[in-house]
Amino acid sequence: MPEMTFASAAPDEIPISLTINGQLHRLDVTPWTSLLDLLRETLHLTGTKKGCDHGQCGACTVLVDGTRINSCLALAVMKDGAEITTIEGLGTPDNLHPLQAAFVEHDAFQCGYCTPGQICSAVGMMSEGHASTRAEIRELMSGNLCRCGAYTNIVDAIEDVMQDGRPAVREAAE
Amino acid sequence: MSNTEAFVGRPQSRVDGPLKVSGTATYVAEFGAEDLLHAVVVSGAIAKGRITSIDTAAALKVPGVIEIFTHENRPRTAWFDYKYRDEVAPPGSPLRPLYDASISYSGQPVALVVAETLQVAQYAASLVEVSYEAEPAVVDVAEVLGEAYVPKQKRSGISPPPKPRGDADGAFLAAPIRLEHEYRVAVEHHNPMEMHATTVVWEGDGKLTVHDKIQGAQNSHGYITSVFGLSADDVRVHSPYIGGAFGSGLRPQYQLFLAVMASLQLERSVKLVLTRDQMFTFSYRPDAIQRVALAADKTGRLQAVRHEAVMGTSRHEDYQEVVVNWSGLLYSCDNVRLDYKLAQIDTHTPADMRAPGATLGVYALESAMDELAYAAGIDPIELRLINFADKDENENKPFSSKELRACYAQGADRIGWSRRNPVPRSMHEGRELVGLGMATGCWEAQMQKTSARAVLTANGHLEVSSATADIGTGTYTIMTQIAADALGLPLESVTAVIGDSSLPTAPVEGGSWAAASTGTAVRAACHALRQTLLDAAAGIDGSPLAGATLDQVTFQNGRIAFIADPVMSVSIGEAMQATGKERIEAEETASPDMKAMATYSSYTHSAIFAEVRVDEELGIVRVTRIVNAVAAGKILNPKTARSQILGGVVMGIGMALHEESIPDKNLGRFMNHNFAEYHVPAHADVEDIDVIFVEEEDDMLNPLGIKGLGEIGIVGTAAAIANAIHHATGRRVRHLPITLDKLL
Repeated sequence: MPEMTFASAAPDEIPISLTINGQLHRLDVTPWTSLLDLLRETLHLTGTKKGCDHGQCGACTVLVDGTRINSCLALAVMKDGAEITTIEGLGTPDNLHPLQAAFVEHDAFQCGYCTPGQICSAVGMMSEGHASTRAEIRELMSGNLCRCGAYTNIVDAIEDVMQDGRPAVREAAE
Repeated sequence: MSNTEAFVGRPQSRVDGPLKVSGTATYVAEFGAEDLLHAVVVSGAIAKGRITSIDTAAALKVPGVIEIFTHENRPRTAWFDYKYRDEVAPPGSPLRPLYDASISYSGQPVALVVAETLQVAQYAASLVEVSYEAEPAVVDVAEVLGEAYVPKQKRSGISPPPKPRGDADGAFLAAPIRLEHEYRVAVEHHNPMEMHATTVVWEGDGKLTVHDKIQGAQNSHGYITSVFGLSADDVRVHSPYIGGAFGSGLRPQYQLFLAVMASLQLERSVKLVLTRDQMFTFSYRPDAIQRVALAADKTGRLQAVRHEAVMGTSRHEDYQEVVVNWSGLLYSCDNVRLDYKLAQIDTHTPADMRAPGATLGVYALESAMDELAYAAGIDPIELRLINFADKDENENKPFSSKELRACYAQGADRIGWSRRNPVPRSMHEGRELVGLGMATGCWEAQMQKTSARAVLTANGHLEVSSATADIGTGTYTIMTQIAADALGLPLESVTAVIGDSSLPTAPVEGGSWAAASTGTAVRAACHALRQTLLDAAAGIDGSPLAGATLDQVTFQNGRIAFIADPVMSVSIGEAMQATGKERIEAEETASPDMKAMATYSSYTHSAIFAEVRVDEELGIVRVTRIVNAVAAGKILNPKTARSQILGGVVMGIGMALHEESIPDKNLGRFMNHNFAEYHVPAHADVEDIDVIFVEEEDDMLNPLGIKGLGEIGIVGTAAAIANAIHHATGRRVRHLPITLDKLL
């Protein structure tokens, strides 16, 4: 398998390997390809969204070796050997990650476009361990914009999972 | 017919939620195709003038570049202007991308680079050399006030101001309390999180499947067939998920034209995604310069209301909004004069952005009302109650319902209005000044002709469909709820299908009319299946429902049962089997009740209360609490409905404090065309928002009794915040956004 991809590599392509959602990928990438474009356009992992391509909105947030980053600001070649988790790696519609379930329960999204980034960012934030109040969650989630304005529900969802680590059960609506 | 509603009116999580949170909902730029090409737009650098030359030689040499389209080599498209007019186009001549060498606004597309990969297309686009002959451009409406005019042709659906009533000028001069001020709101851009994009799948033989970021698939479909002269059957527009739009997706934007043009010419599939900075090169909320004059007697009774607005539009289209009419509607007053004019500037045509018109006009009126409350020494809520309008005085019609008094009372109670010391700058906490402000909100309850289909299959599954959209509003979910209740099925047995031009006819999703319109059509289509099911059920040998009529039975819990004796019942599955068919279906069209519309005025109302804290030394404003009490008729889904209000409020916070597209008057360009410099509210800006839905019955509008919620959350929010900032600081800022430089 690696021979085939190497053989097809154009002179300006660089071989890298990435473990994405537990699966090893050997790829030849042009040095200017962002991790985001690699995920979306080459690997068709379109759960990771492009909202600005400038690191200003957070829609492209993924976890690289457990740390949240804006994948639009990372060149794919810089992440050679890394372990990457995208929204698709957290859970599936039939088997949601607790945070994904809490987002549904608390209606923590509307159009859904910023949502994968919000969820990946929240997973990263929780493992950083610096947020214990709503104000701290708000501050540490401020790199993830939501134009639909679901912020209060997003904080509810995150708080719910942080408090008990179980899928949310509290009724969010009035 | 009787039916106990199991789902409508109860909080339900979004049916599309699991797909959205797992990244498996497919947005328009995420559809694949074999040999997909990538296109990148080259944006023009001047605001007005002509292209003198375009050099694409270097770009064409980049390996992987397929073609570069400019006005010099573009394929021929429709000749006539009107062919480019979409379903919701204002009067005028729409933009025709790459039509000729003329430039009418900054950022106008001047070339399209198509290449094998996105990276190659981006690089090649940077090599396209364009030379221009620039002319002076005007992009600030304040500079052309002298050229303001009343639009000759009214925009469809937009009411011009009502005729003056009484003598506003005379009454103003005679009144003991009077004020007149100018109010202004900065240009804003919609900036949905998903950038505008189109993926055109070349199906062969000139057939296209188009995934376009649009709030109504049939609008793009009509545009494509008209502009490119294609037959309706050769084009299908399919956009099941839209990553926000807020009005920017009502009209087909230029990426649709360009992507379809390239696909047809190259006979290949093409994907075109705009960049975030290109999101500042089309639709925006226009700047309106407004003057409001209010006069009252000593008891606070309004004696005169004048509201004038001059709003910017492009040179080629007379884009219009309902800006000033609210000032003749919200309060009772005998002497009212309202004027609305346009002035042309060298920008793209503005577009509806969440609660177009009301957002601007109600901000000005509700700020002026707060000023009047201070001038008259009357509590702001009291002033509004003194002048409460019991009928629509613009049209001299009663309201179909108006629970606004309850909104004031419940909202005031929730925010703790009684603790408010009316004296500005009188409330402190730590180093922060505390302010409480309020405003009224209003939006017209509308309905549009819409069709829907219901298909019940032998396995007991119900599919309801309509060509409407879900831009995050919850359309999928409320359609599912309504359909499930209409035939008494569990939610899991119902699927809603939308966002496809081949489905039953629906208008663009906008104006807060989608739930009322699509919902009514879905309900009617499902109800149309009831007779077939009952006939089949009654015809079963020894049927407990033999001889039953529709008004004697209920559809619930998966069964058709006698109301009088629910034990006498037949399951829907058995009834379906008895039809002997694999599927039964019905299509119905719901239209607004013209008689009710002629008799009544129908509006959603709200009372918004804001608590702000302002750092006394630094001028930093925090909106610590918003209470929005909304009377919008029946609430279909309290969970998603609440989110609609939250979203409107958050955008209102942005309007009050952050959002401002700043034009460079020399370059004629919005300078801050990115998320770092155009600040939309972030997590840290949004603290506590409390939504109250006030009980309101309204059976005049539609059988569901609903009024729509997409817009009302933003209307009045900025005024409430501005009024709270005045209360906190004593500073009255009449030009939004209220950035800290205006408070220091």
